[in-house]
Amino acid sequence: MQRLDYLKETPSQTAGPYVHIGLTPNALGNPGIYPQDLGRSPIREGARGQRITITGRVIDGAGMVLRDALFESWQADAEGIYPGNDPRGAADPAVTGWARVAADFDTGIWRLDSIKPGRVPFPDGRLMAPHLNIWLVARGINLGLQTRIYFEDEEQANAECPVLARIEHKARIRTLMARPTGPGTYVFDFRLQGEDETVFFDV
Amino acid sequence: MTLRNAIDRGPLFFRDRDWHPPAYTPGYKTSMTRAPHRALVALGSTLSEETGPAFGHDMIGALDNNLVMNFTGQPAIGERIIMHGRVLDENGRGVPGVLLEIWQANAGGRYRHKTDGYLAPLDPNFGGCGRTLTGPDGGYEFLTIRPGAYPWPNHVNSWRPMHIHVSVFGSGFGQRLITQMYFEGDPLIAKCPIVNTIGQERAIQALVAPLDMNRAIPMDCLAYKFDIVLRGRRQSFFENRKEGM
Repeated sequence: MQRLDYLKETPSQTAGPYVHIGLTPNALGNPGIYPQDLGRSPIREGARGQRITITGRVIDGAGMVLRDALFESWQADAEGIYPGNDPRGAADPAVTGWARVAADFDTGIWRLDSIKPGRVPFPDGRLMAPHLNIWLVARGINLGLQTRIYFEDEEQANAECPVLARIEHKARIRTLMARPTGPGTYVFDFRLQGEDETVFFDV
Repeated sequence: MTLRNAIDRGPLFFRDRDWHPPAYTPGYKTSMTRAPHRALVALGSTLSEETGPAFGHDMIGALDNNLVMNFTGQPAIGERIIMHGRVLDENGRGVPGVLLEIWQANAGGRYRHKTDGYLAPLDPNFGGCGRTLTGPDGGYEFLTIRPGAYPWPNHVNSWRPMHIHVSVFGSGFGQRLITQMYFEGDPLIAKCPIVNTIGQERAIQALVAPLDMNRAIPMDCLAYKFDIVLRGRRQSFFENRKEGM
């Protein structure tokens, strides 16, 4: 028999507690290397769509709020087109779609300002509900965790979302929902373990 | 941001989770309260994972991949080394335009971070981070100093082997990866609880960079070669997708 000659993906290792040195040195307080950190905002002035602010925490299995967590968010524009290499065409030029968000070193609270994304089609053409794609790393996390932030106030779209429909234990769907607290403001906690453990995906 | 060509599109190969370290690894204590306990929800890649931001060469400064000089313009203390290699995908193709970001301790094993209180001194000329974009064949290069080993609170006498953290950003958000590069011959590798979160010896060896005398510069610096492999993409006319998606 012939041998399959695929390479193996490079194995992951934890980002560790000092990930900010590499990914957000200016926010850490190490200025002078790069003029600006990458991923400061997923939008620029003039981005179309509803402005949103999401705040939250990352909480471990002992109930402790992580102060060394960092995540990246990737989203579509208000029409549901991804910036960069979406084969369907060009996105709103004022939407970069990508953000790096670090928990506050003292409080562990993070904040993301963006626009609400539009609906993006699943491979079979059905529409997924508006969501942010999240990749979460920290000390103690061996392989970056992949999850999504949906919006509780998108009831109709959520009910039709083929990805949410994949979640067998329906009671867990709410762990992916950003909860509205006012016009355009939401809260969302990542829970790494426990009763309300966030749904994480194998994608 | 620039548009990429069609080679950067298509469904991602499935991730081999027996190859990567599992989430729950008691030898690395911090993982015990940070590892999800429930099964991951299986989801093939969608446009959300197959797309990703594009990074342009215009955002990379001339000294960004030179950690010896990029903090103050005065050279950092330590053994000068070149870290170089190629970023490939699982199909064996070189991947251009990949954003590589690295960070590391200084020659004494101390990080420039507000939470690192190790007694080794900071080097006033070493910031500890660098970045670059891979070239047309997936090649990359950094000039840096060899990081020191350092102790950390896990077991009573746990030490990290010399290592450089590497963040890899390919064309799809679902390819996002962070790893660590180790150095050929370091006896601390086999003793490290973080290294040993990986179950298969062959996978551990994929993180150990060999000394590369061909790339060393006489009377200047040694070199280590570290190739990186990203998740591949399927390319088939038989994919079950609607036209244009």
